Amino acid sequence: MSSIKQVINEAVEKDYTAEQREILNPYSKKGLLPEQVRQPNPIRLRDLIRQIRSAKTAAEERSVVNKECAAIRLTFREEDSVWRCRNVAKLLYIHMLGYPAHFGQMECLKLIASPRFTDKRIGYLGAMLLLDERQDVHLLITNSLKNDLKSPTQFVQGLALCTLAAIASPEMARDLADEVERLLKSSNAYIRKKAAICAVRIMSKVPELLEMFLPATRNLLSEKNHGVLITGITLITSMCVQSPDTLDHFKKTVGNLVRILKNLVMAGYSPEHDVQGVSDPFLQVKVLKLLRILGRGDGQASETMNDILAQVATNTEATKNVGNAILYETVLSIMDIQSETGLRVLAVNILGRFLLNVDKNIKYVALHTLLKVVHQDNQAVQRHRTTILECLKDADITIRRRAMELCFALINPSNVRTMMKELISFLETAETEFKAVCSSKCVTAAEQFSPNTRWHIDTLLKVIIAAGNSVPDDVVACTIQLIAESGEAEQQYAVAELWQRLSAAPLDTQPLLQVATWVCGEFANFLSLVGGGVSEGEVVAVYQRILWSSQCSAVTKQYAITSSMKLASRMPGTNSLVAQMVSAYGSHLNVELQQRGVEYTQLFTRYDSMRGPLLERMPPFERSRLRVSQDAAAANAAAAAAAAPLANGLHNNNNNDAVAAVQAPSQSDSNALLDLLGGLDDSANDVPVQVKSAPLPPAGTGSLNSDILDLLGGLGGGGGGDSGGTLISRTVNNGGILDTGLGSASNNLLDDLLNNSSSNLNNSTLANNTINSTNSLPVSTLPSSDEYGSLTIYERNNLRLVMTFQRQDSLTTITLTATNSSTSCNITDFLFQAAVPKSLQLQLLTPSSTSLAPAASLTQFIRVNNPNKAVLRMKLRLSWFADGVKIEDQNEVNNFPPALWQY
Amino acid sequence: MQFMLLFSRQGKLRLQKWYVAHPDKAKKKITRELITTILARKPKMSSFLEWRDLKIVYKRYASLYFCCAIDQEDNELLTLEVIHRYVELLDKYFGSVCELDIIFNFEKAYFMLDELVVGGEVCETSKKNVLKAIAAQDLLQEDEAVEGALREIGLY
Repeated sequence: MSSIKQVINEAVEKDYTAEQREILNPYSKKGLLPEQVRQPNPIRLRDLIRQIRSAKTAAEERSVVNKECAAIRLTFREEDSVWRCRNVAKLLYIHMLGYPAHFGQMECLKLIASPRFTDKRIGYLGAMLLLDERQDVHLLITNSLKNDLKSPTQFVQGLALCTLAAIASPEMARDLADEVERLLKSSNAYIRKKAAICAVRIMSKVPELLEMFLPATRNLLSEKNHGVLITGITLITSMCVQSPDTLDHFKKTVGNLVRILKNLVMAGYSPEHDVQGVSDPFLQVKVLKLLRILGRGDGQASETMNDILAQVATNTEATKNVGNAILYETVLSIMDIQSETGLRVLAVNILGRFLLNVDKNIKYVALHTLLKVVHQDNQAVQRHRTTILECLKDADITIRRRAMELCFALINPSNVRTMMKELISFLETAETEFKAVCSSKCVTAAEQFSPNTRWHIDTLLKVIIAAGNSVPDDVVACTIQLIAESGEAEQQYAVAELWQRLSAAPLDTQPLLQVATWVCGEFANFLSLVGGGVSEGEVVAVYQRILWSSQCSAVTKQYAITSSMKLASRMPGTNSLVAQMVSAYGSHLNVELQQRGVEYTQLFTRYDSMRGPLLERMPPFERSRLRVSQDAAAANAAAAAAAAPLANGLHNNNNNDAVAAVQAPSQSDSNALLDLLGGLDDSANDVPVQVKSAPLPPAGTGSLNSDILDLLGGLGGGGGGDSGGTLISRTVNNGGILDTGLGSASNNLLDDLLNNSSSNLNNSTLANNTINSTNSLPVSTLPSSDEYGSLTIYERNNLRLVMTFQRQDSLTTITLTATNSSTSCNITDFLFQAAVPKSLQLQLLTPSSTSLAPAASLTQFIRVNNPNKAVLRMKLRLSWFADGVKIEDQNEVNNFPPALWQY
Repeated sequence: MQFMLLFSRQGKLRLQKWYVAHPDKAKKKITRELITTILARKPKMSSFLEWRDLKIVYKRYASLYFCCAIDQEDNELLTLEVIHRYVELLDKYFGSVCELDIIFNFEKAYFMLDELVVGGEVCETSKKNVLKAIAAQDLLQEDEAVEGALREIGLY
């Protein structure tokens, strides 16, 4: 039924458009072709374009296009070959406007098969636009290409080569490699140059075909024709990049390349290749690039090219873009090969000159390149520091970003004060997208180079103030940590500074409030020393303002409420007011806050006697442990989520909750010990996986449903050091700073209360991240083995993942090493997820870190249990932030060493 | 070079050339994204963008933007020269080229690009050679047209 309707519609449409065409096409050749009279000629391309352009609205345009498409479809169906070329051309225009045109694919192939050059020209153009290597019509096009590559007309060969170079798929590459290789040796330069590019494409699709083109490259470098020369060099470059063996093979051509470059630089004016006074810049840049690849890490080759590089660097005119393009390429080569020191200084100075250029493009390139070389030659780059700082104020955001990165790379102990001052004033006015990255980097730099603690604290506070709400959580944590571990004088200073902020700050900058409330609560005893002394009433008023404000986030309120508890224990006068505030939170909508409210109220009523010791001043945190716990927190989700099926198998009860609990550790940011104990209260809902899987001693298990005191009592009575360890380290794992703090505090508290050695409490951080804490591997003692070799499973987007293997019976332990292969980009929040076929079991352990500085690596252990000796395959999902930009990718690994399951 | 786009100040695509395969949907998304980003940039900004793991080089000539996506290790300043060379060639061919020439003769603009850049690499550095090749191919087409006309009226 619908098809009948369609036919009628199309018939109606055809008549209508035909009528319209008569009017719009004054040049219609209708009279010329008697046999065509029955059918009006298709409208000409130009007229269609005119028609479409005269459409006043998008709807009108759409209707013109739809009508035309219907007409084109109809002629396609009638197998009309006279107008096919015109119709495909129109279709290509329609395609460019964004309308579907896939129905023209077959017509393109028919045009290609036509003997007329006009048809072929449009047909190949259409093939390049409408087909790509994913299409399955390839077999058909491969045959046409094969014929045309043998055509006696060079332009037909040229079209075929051009198309092959643009859309070749691996199958096409295999089928046509022989033809291309033959044409690469052709006597016709026009064909030879295009064949060379085709060879590049073929090699990139099917690397093993590289060797077949090797003999044909022999004569390419002695060419006179620049077209063949430049494509030949392109071919050799891609061979060298692809295979180290070939790279060695071409080392002997360095002399030739130097000669080519010398001829270009020294030659007089040649109008054919001149670009604004520079002789063939395209070719020069290609040669320079190949020289760089050949000279990298090769002293002898570098030696040979030193002179010519110096010559190019000094003789190239730097007033125009084209000259600067060559200078830029020269600098890259000089910095990459083993060049002489003098030459390197010359190169950095060229970049320094670039920085002063008014042209933004040149400036950008200079910053970009300086960033690459700053690690090799810091001193030389330092000389341009003032100019670089100027670029922080540039109008162009890309330039500012580059300048910022470069500034951070230039910070050293002697300039940290001035640099940081500039960077903080940059941070104040910077776009939001910069603030997070910039503030993180400020913190790292301050930590690395701070001259003293006072300056360090000052700087961190300035960063938090300048960056406002864009401050990442870790900056808050770092600041708190720094203040907590500094001396009393510094703490007093911090309290004074932060109190001032806290009492006057607008309530919409959360990070500042978080730091301020934490510090003012923890060190409330210094509040009386601030200025003329702060009265208890004033303090409570400030806390009330925060806690009742609708502008403050839940996390800030969590900080504030815990801080107010501390405050109450340090300033007894505030007790009743704090108790009031806290109890009001017992009915808060936010579950976290509500729980805290209820728990803290208990501390004011039933367990008032415990309040003092529980809220003791926290001991300074140990830095290294904190680091681990922070990293672990972020990675926890990954490891636990991936291993969730195992957990399900182990603990059938509550498995949904278990997954939920491990997938959202970030939500449990402020998991204080009390919270955890509270969580145990209603064990049906909220029991963390770690607790469940840990073998709780009977006494501990019995206390699950009882309250705090009972549990503590249970621990004391049942000798439950073990379960206590699990609890505490979970707190550490889920680590916001607050947790760690309270964790350690209560750690001490447990010591006090239970008189129980806590030496084992925190040492199982890593182990507890695994689902089976009972059989977790002692990570540090795992020997590396290369019995099975290593396997690179991923290498893209500046990230390389390598696996090494170790097997014991059915259990394979895979060591995953992730390396950041970029020179400037910082990777954060790296998350590795994996899945294996059903018959296998997979467990991901916590990675050693989740962030990667340039060239840094991290390791993660993966355990695969393969009792059925099934073929090991793995699907990967990766995500990370590269300088704040989220990257996600997937991959499948099918080439594991078979020895892992065949034993 | 991974792809080249020509678009107008109004954001209308005028030419697209892809040297790396993407599904149609992805191409559209990329095109839209880049056109919006580039049109939003101020004239005083540099011609370069960092976009995904590519470098985008663009330049405006009258009402048309020429935009190329290149790999990390490619030379962005030289890419500007490639764009300029292409504009020069179009100019020589059409005679003071304007956007309308490229709209109405988009296939010719593609043919020109295919003689200058093949598979994303510059394959001819001499303007003369490119124009010669184009002229010879146009001549082939004309011959065929004449031949066809003659055949129609029965003279061939």
